Amino acid sequence: MRVALFITCVNDTLYPRTGQATVALLRRLGVDVEFPAQQTCCGQMHYNTGYRRQAEPLVRGFAEAFAGYDAIVAPSGSCAAMVRDVHPRIAGRSMGRVPRDRVAEVVPKVYELSEFLVDVLRVTDVGAYFPHRVTYHPTCHSLRLLRVGDRPLRLLRAVRGLDLVELEGADECCGFGGAFAVKNPAVSAAMCSDKVRHAADTGAEVLCAADNSCLMHIGGTLERQRAGVRTLHLAEILASTQDDPHGSGWADGERSPA
Amino acid sequence: MMGSRELVLARVRAALADVPRDEAPEDFPVDRDYLDAHATGSPAEVADLLADNLADYRAVVHRCSAAELPGLLARLLAEHRSGDVAVPPALPGDWLADSEGVRVLTDDGSLTASRLDRVDSVVTACAVAVAETGTIVLDAKPDQGRRLLSLVPDHHICVVRPEQVVASVAQALRRLDPSRPLTWISGPSATSDIELDRVEGVHGPRTLEAVLLAD
Amino acid sequence: MTAVHLGMPAFPSFPEAAEAATTDAQLRRNLRNATHTIRDKRARAVAELSDWAGLRAAAAAIKNRTLRHLDHYLLQLEEAVTKAGGRVHWAIDAADANRIVAELVKATGETHVVKVKSMATQEIGLNEALAAEGITAYETDLAELIVQLGDDRPSHILVPAIHRNRSEIREIFVRAMGRWGRAAPDGLTDRPADLAEAARLHLREKFLSAKVAVSGANFMVAETGTLVVVESEGNGRMCLTLPETLISVVGIEKIVPTWQDLEVYLQLLPRSSTAERMNPYTSTWTGTAEGDGPREFHLVLLDNGRTGALADQVGRQALRCIRCSACLNVCPVYERAGGHAYGSAYPGPIGAILTPQLRGITSALDASLPYASSLCGACYEVCPVAIDIPEVLVHLRERVAETGKGHPAERTAMRAARWVLEDPARLARAQRLATRARRFRPRHLPGPAAAWTDTREVPRIPEESFRDWWRRTQGGGPRAGGGPAGKGGR
Repeated sequence: MRVALFITCVNDTLYPRTGQATVALLRRLGVDVEFPAQQTCCGQMHYNTGYRRQAEPLVRGFAEAFAGYDAIVAPSGSCAAMVRDVHPRIAGRSMGRVPRDRVAEVVPKVYELSEFLVDVLRVTDVGAYFPHRVTYHPTCHSLRLLRVGDRPLRLLRAVRGLDLVELEGADECCGFGGAFAVKNPAVSAAMCSDKVRHAADTGAEVLCAADNSCLMHIGGTLERQRAGVRTLHLAEILASTQDDPHGSGWADGERSPA
Repeated sequence: MMGSRELVLARVRAALADVPRDEAPEDFPVDRDYLDAHATGSPAEVADLLADNLADYRAVVHRCSAAELPGLLARLLAEHRSGDVAVPPALPGDWLADSEGVRVLTDDGSLTASRLDRVDSVVTACAVAVAETGTIVLDAKPDQGRRLLSLVPDHHICVVRPEQVVASVAQALRRLDPSRPLTWISGPSATSDIELDRVEGVHGPRTLEAVLLAD
Repeated sequence: MTAVHLGMPAFPSFPEAAEAATTDAQLRRNLRNATHTIRDKRARAVAELSDWAGLRAAAAAIKNRTLRHLDHYLLQLEEAVTKAGGRVHWAIDAADANRIVAELVKATGETHVVKVKSMATQEIGLNEALAAEGITAYETDLAELIVQLGDDRPSHILVPAIHRNRSEIREIFVRAMGRWGRAAPDGLTDRPADLAEAARLHLREKFLSAKVAVSGANFMVAETGTLVVVESEGNGRMCLTLPETLISVVGIEKIVPTWQDLEVYLQLLPRSSTAERMNPYTSTWTGTAEGDGPREFHLVLLDNGRTGALADQVGRQALRCIRCSACLNVCPVYERAGGHAYGSAYPGPIGAILTPQLRGITSALDASLPYASSLCGACYEVCPVAIDIPEVLVHLRERVAETGKGHPAERTAMRAARWVLEDPARLARAQRLATRARRFRPRHLPGPAAAWTDTREVPRIPEESFRDWWRRTQGGGPRAGGGPAGKGGR
């Protein structure tokens, strides 16, 4: 099975550690993951802000970069949902500018990380060790577009040492929404402030999600409010092991999960 | 100049330029992949469900045999201290046979809304009752009367015969004649307009008593 | 597109109005309590039906069939209503509809009408138009009464006074009821039951004396000419039964083809809106009935921008809406912004896609509505007729971005971003530029990004992008299974 990592432009640029964790995790599980260097961005920002035509070359580029792989794994529910839910629609309306058949070929191969682990590799215990109290925020696109269900929770429950606590109002949006946070800052901030309050109420050290864009929004607010809760991508928790609790064997950079 | 009718129709047709000209309305598929009824038990079980659902929405439910009905109605009217009772023109003759000391106003079409506002109770039959939703449907036939008859008085006693009970909304619709004015009643008048908190009793009858007759 | 009246004067854009609402603690508390209560109840009511998904799909399909052949069904409806003794009028826009209704009322010689809650008449500003003709319209739905007496605007489709709590309602009743008719009883408490009783007494004299009623309708059955009103309080029954003349103003999209089709919507609507198995009262009528109810029945079929929405193949689905308001009750944006911020009779997610389609996107408010959503998808999930609201929102954003003045700076930025992202080499160069500036981590950013840093820190730029790290390390050392070097190799 040829497996490609779809890093996503946000992770690539701002959160390389999430990508490093995903690579380390998949290799630990025996998956020879590749990184197709032609990949860039799924076009979600353009499409969701109303620039569908600008997204077209990115959709075409995605189909070209990932052609021929058996599975394409993304550590982002939102970007995986963009590809699966929207790429065929963009191709369909592109008057041939985006080849429909190429898109149709690639789209079913796309998995969000927890889907790939649970559905394709059929593991829930990935051998991780993370001795901390953690709460999980199911991001909207993982929850409602991909319908990942309880897969991330099953993965987290199997992590040794991890104390998983429930987040009140978990399925409510954090208020990021890309353009929304910029165009409706007051409502976005009000939504996030409720999310942050619920997170702090859990007493967790770490708020975990499968989307760094939502975590950037929540984490930025937590940091500003000095709420004492850190944000961490699911992949980074799953990559942590007893032998290497800080990820020094797989990650560069300064942010450490423990 | 085109009138509004022609203008609206022309705009509708222009808006639907994408619909193939030879597509007939029935050509567009509608899959009815849903149940005809959710309650599939025996008639007795369906009647029990009706009673439960009526009660759940604060209707007062009574069950009796046809022979016991006049006695029950007499008791209910007495308990409500009803002096004036409005009835439709063709309420079965013996229903109020035991209700002594009650003034019965039979609606021949002359009772005004103001007069009905001063009666204590109204007794009617019904057309259909829907178990799954706890709904009684009136179709304004002579044993139920004009719509205002069962609307203006504050106390409505409605008698449901066993053969009138169906399980589902779908089954009820098939039995009903759309050309008649229909009133579907599920419990007494209610509102959720204040803090989305349900309160029974606004404009319609504040007390609904349903009498389910047994076979 | 000509300006379409949706019952509201000029308003600030959504972000401005919403920002003001987020600082109103009382409003936020009222909205939060109300929407959270109803959303949990709805979920339970829906879970009772094992075939909900099938009902939802059928409901969408029936409405799609209707919309694709709307001319056919409108004519069928007109014929059936006329045959049953009703008169059908057609209104191209709000002014047209208001004129028709005013003339019909004047012809009766009356100066007062009672009204059943109706979105369509709110949309066209009927009460104000009638007032200008010397006709007083009394709202009889409890919430509409609260709004009317409080000289206020509705903020929710189902519960127009959702922004008011019980003590505010008591105060409005005590202050204003006497001016409109029977005054509030002495010593009125703020118990909902007492408030409802005060409304009952206040309105009873109106019902008993009214000669003309104005309503909307939830459904119109084309094959039979039957109209359907779904309600709870009984004010609808009063208005539909007691007056001599009934005038119903209904949007052209409210048609369902057959009597049987009601079996779908009468199951979906109550559970979605009030979370009940069935609402207390549903009235259906076909034309006029001898000796029962109004002697005259007029149906005013309203376009008012609907044909514009119909012409848009993506936006058309918004016309499936049955006004249940489930999308409002689950929307995190509505919960915090409140209904008034949407500046239309149609607030919440459905309003954000309906209003710009009915009115166009020429005003600042209407052009801002498609962005009044984080695209979280909760609205689509609960919609009983499966309107993909996020899809339509994004589609309308495209219209805003590409037509008219749009957002020139944003367009330039998007083009630049696309240029960078189109090519991995350009992206890598941009990432390295950002990395060089990483030590500069501002607490506050200028321009449109300022709003971000008002409440949040900006993320740190890492030392190295993922793609550079991969290129440098081949993915961080030994590969699983020891296979050949990947495509990302140096």
